[in-house]
Amino acid sequence: MSIFVDKNTKVITQGFTGKTGTFHSEQALAYGTNLVGGTNPKKAGTEHLGLPVFGTVAEAREATGGNASVIYVPPPFAGAAIIEAIDAGVELIVAITEGIPVMDMVKVVERLEDSNSRLIGPNCPGVITPDQCKIGIMPGYIHKPGRVGVISRSGTLTYEAVYQLTCRNMGQSTCVGIGGDPVNGTNFVDVLTAFNEDPDTDAIVMIGEIGGSAEEQAAEYIKANVKKPMVGFIAGQTAPPGKRMGHAGAIIAGGKGTAKEKVAALEDAGVKMCASPARIGAAMEESLREAGLLETAMS
Amino acid sequence: MKIHEFQGKQLFKRYGLVVPEGRECKTLDEAVAAYEALDTDLCVVKAQIHAGGRGKGGGVKLVRNKDEARAAAEAILGMNLVTHQTGPEGQKVRRLWVEEGSAIAKEYYVGIVIDREQQLPVMMASSEGGMEIEKVAAETPELILKAAYSPEAGISAEDAERLTRGIGIPDELVPQGVDFLTKLSKLFCELDCSLAEINPLVHTDDGKVLAVDAKINFDDSGIFRHPDVQELRDFDEEDPRETEASKYDLSYIALDGNIGCMVNGAGLAMSTMDVIQLYGGEPANFLDVGGGATTEKVAAAFRILLSDDSVKAVLVNIFGGIMQCDTIAEGVIEAVKEVDLNVPLVVRLEGTNVERGKELLDGSGLPIIAADDLDDAAQKVCATLK
Repeated sequence: MSIFVDKNTKVITQGFTGKTGTFHSEQALAYGTNLVGGTNPKKAGTEHLGLPVFGTVAEAREATGGNASVIYVPPPFAGAAIIEAIDAGVELIVAITEGIPVMDMVKVVERLEDSNSRLIGPNCPGVITPDQCKIGIMPGYIHKPGRVGVISRSGTLTYEAVYQLTCRNMGQSTCVGIGGDPVNGTNFVDVLTAFNEDPDTDAIVMIGEIGGSAEEQAAEYIKANVKKPMVGFIAGQTAPPGKRMGHAGAIIAGGKGTAKEKVAALEDAGVKMCASPARIGAAMEESLREAGLLETAMS
Repeated sequence: MKIHEFQGKQLFKRYGLVVPEGRECKTLDEAVAAYEALDTDLCVVKAQIHAGGRGKGGGVKLVRNKDEARAAAEAILGMNLVTHQTGPEGQKVRRLWVEEGSAIAKEYYVGIVIDREQQLPVMMASSEGGMEIEKVAAETPELILKAAYSPEAGISAEDAERLTRGIGIPDELVPQGVDFLTKLSKLFCELDCSLAEINPLVHTDDGKVLAVDAKINFDDSGIFRHPDVQELRDFDEEDPRETEASKYDLSYIALDGNIGCMVNGAGLAMSTMDVIQLYGGEPANFLDVGGGATTEKVAAAFRILLSDDSVKAVLVNIFGGIMQCDTIAEGVIEAVKEVDLNVPLVVRLEGTNVERGKELLDGSGLPIIAADDLDDAAQKVCATLK
């Protein structure tokens, strides 16, 4: 099993025919993702990458039974694209786009609240269940099926962690990038809950960064609920206050959201915290060994 | 993006918020002329820099005649103003704002931010105007009243009245206060702000509610919708390397150390800084070249980080996913040839096309120190400085 996506997930690409949408749709198809089509209002009725192009998400969903969508639409239009997917009743929406205005995301989140959709992102690498379904921009080949769940606010830092796990022969159940924006869909607690309830996830890697208090909320949840071994890392120990560190959400504001507070909260919740991201793989190996789960994790 | 107080007040005016009359000045003569034109006994001469705490730093002076206006302008214009927000190096004052003084009866605080937990704009108001709001929040949080609101609707009439009365605006001025908060809530959303703060908001002896201060920051992702606001950007207030980086869509932030870093991805870039410090070094910058960098972009990134004289060694850390290692290698080689590199360079490549990338670096004949992983890279770059 896995969380959020598996081999039965049928994916629609929004922004299908653009350069980014095309490139990553090709990669997804090559990985074996069940991509069923895409949207572009100007090219409805045509074919792209051997798949149908629809005018709207609702039409695509009607015709293909797609239950997930991935968004490669440019920032000025991405908020509307997410709302279109919500209105079409898409169950899982993955927004890759970076640079969506925060006010647009506030409006999106208001719409999400009364819907049955789950949004992952925006400004995220996406979600992957190795060898079953890859939605997003992560390089597929660094992943390996297995029993460690990975959740992160960062893209390349996730690849770093995943690659270490794979090199040490610990596969992943699902890897979820929740993105680096201050206002987003799925948060740490949502994903941790799913991993905690997933019988096929034995351990969890969580990667946070400075800004906001999502890690502290996660720590509260972990302390109360999670018995599975967890390894964590927080990026931005050396980040100066008041500066936006690349991600729109990675900012220490008014003395709040520092790495130190987050590390302390997670350590207190029993998460094994790494001082360097280069040690995530080794730390997970150790945690699984201590829990007597290493053999299963490596099989 | 940040703007000056006087620009914030101009935007306030556009939304019908009451602000004191004033003039922007860049010379002493302009300051004196502004004092005369305002035709009032008491004026305030205020330094315009993108940082708070200007009064404490000596950047705000009350003046009662022409000579005092000139003396105040002379003291402030060109000064290096140090406040708790500028850091010890301070910020040079290039502009003044001369405005009519207000007979302040009482000071209040009002601010709006996006609350990340509620994922909504939240207005905060307090009776403790003129104080550092962080301090009020830490010591007497009960004195800060809050109201979250939907961007479409703006703050509700009930909440606007609750806040206005709650901070102690006198009964007869409540309608003015409610009107002010309502318009501010609208401005915040319509202009894609990330912060709108007035400290202090005041009521005067003659019964007016007005903004004596104005601080507005904008969401960089939303600014494309507001070309008029974009024009308010003041490059003098920015680090020139950060400005240059933004032209190439690179995310660069100058820091105090001596190890220059070039990394792809914000999280990995922050971690690279962290690991450098873990091994006893000090990062000179944060630099994220992003996911889709080209050879040209990498070369520009390299030029920018080497233009910082304090850089004594460079660490390139790339996990190529979308971005391929051979592209990075080509960019590094091109840039190194162009800039005449004379500091040690440690490169750690991993990911897509890593073998091809390493071959290119090896074959370039450049004195590059190769590293296997992030810890190894950080240790090697720190070792070059010992």
